[in-house]
Amino acid sequence: MILVETHPTLDDAARAMSGDAAYMAGGTLVMRAVNEGQGPARLLRVSDPNLRALRSSGDTLTLGAGMTMANVLSHRDLAFLHPVARVVGGPQIRNMASVAGNLFAAHPYGDFAAALLALGARVIPVGQGSARNVEDVLRDRGRAGLISAVELQRPNDPRNFGFLKISRVKPKGVSVLCIAAYLPREGGRIRGARIAFGAMGPSPLRSTGAERALEGQALDATSIARAAAAATEGLEPPTDQIASEWYRREVAGVHLKRLLSGMEHS
Amino acid sequence: MAKTPVTFTLNGSAKAAFANPGQNLLDFLRREVGDLAPKYGCGQGTCGACTVTIDGETMLSCLVLAQAVEGQDVRTASGLATGATLDPLQVAFMDHFAAQCGYCTPGMLVSARALLDRNPRPGREDVIEAISGNLCRCTGYEPIIAAILAVANGKARA
Repeated sequence: MILVETHPTLDDAARAMSGDAAYMAGGTLVMRAVNEGQGPARLLRVSDPNLRALRSSGDTLTLGAGMTMANVLSHRDLAFLHPVARVVGGPQIRNMASVAGNLFAAHPYGDFAAALLALGARVIPVGQGSARNVEDVLRDRGRAGLISAVELQRPNDPRNFGFLKISRVKPKGVSVLCIAAYLPREGGRIRGARIAFGAMGPSPLRSTGAERALEGQALDATSIARAAAAATEGLEPPTDQIASEWYRREVAGVHLKRLLSGMEHS
Repeated sequence: MAKTPVTFTLNGSAKAAFANPGQNLLDFLRREVGDLAPKYGCGQGTCGACTVTIDGETMLSCLVLAQAVEGQDVRTASGLATGATLDPLQVAFMDHFAAQCGYCTPGMLVSARALLDRNPRPGREDVIEAISGNLCRCTGYEPIIAAILAVANGKARA
């Protein structure tokens, strides 16, 4: 039996959290467990519509934790994230699945989280706690606590952010892998390269090899080839029903090369 | 444990029923309310057979908590026909043999109706995208796409 509690605000829910409780946002993860009889003793929900709001201040965008993928697709300010939100699930899932919930999606899900990782997003916890790097949250998701929003800097040039999802079934299929790349340029050189892979580890991971190969370089055939060769460094691809570890390692560089080649510009 | 009363609108009519703790909307609609149109396929949000609209947005009723629709407007394939008059999509599905075993059909129809309500003149790619969350293991999808496009292009039997 499950006790369902609906709280007016996230702060109220945070106060009511305990070891036997789970927080439910869009429900696409938690309800699966509930349907399988693996649900928590207490299920906490929040009715506050502000959780779905987008705020922008200068180049800082603050996405409410409860924004759905469909909400993301409805904001012109988030156009650079549309190619990501559009390939999460089918239309029904996009009307339900939330931005913060995606950070907790188990492999092979979590395409949006990979994009947030590449963009260096910060996770705003409920209450007075300070923002944390999305990377730290992804590394230890069990201790993330309740999240009120995700904050990120708008790419200075939208062409510097690229995303590619590879799936066997189209248009809706789970990831063989996905890649998010953020390559800010200064004077034609890449400064602060961030390459994140989804479905290539227990949670989205950065390719330290590809980032090192690109840092300080111009994005051209030479640097792209080096990045592709080092793509799997830092990744821990699993074997599952979609693809084997071997296959994922073999194709990671190929797809990275395709993505980066499309991001070349002067 | 106590059941929770849920009052909501189903296909335009006010409804009230008791939901069990943790019961999903699909189970609630079928067992407590008696609307058998939404189907149980996977219970994991993969197949789309349980698709309904809530306040106009398509959702998977197996992943929605029954209590969450309190005060909301729920629509299922049961609400498509008006008396003996079928929705044009239902007629087109018959004419194009878009249903074989029929299990996916209620979900397909809800997704298709939501598409046409939002975009009365969709192209083939729009249709494919709109039904991408609904699995069909019989038809190969082409008859379903043809049926929806026939309604969109005004070529379906009225």
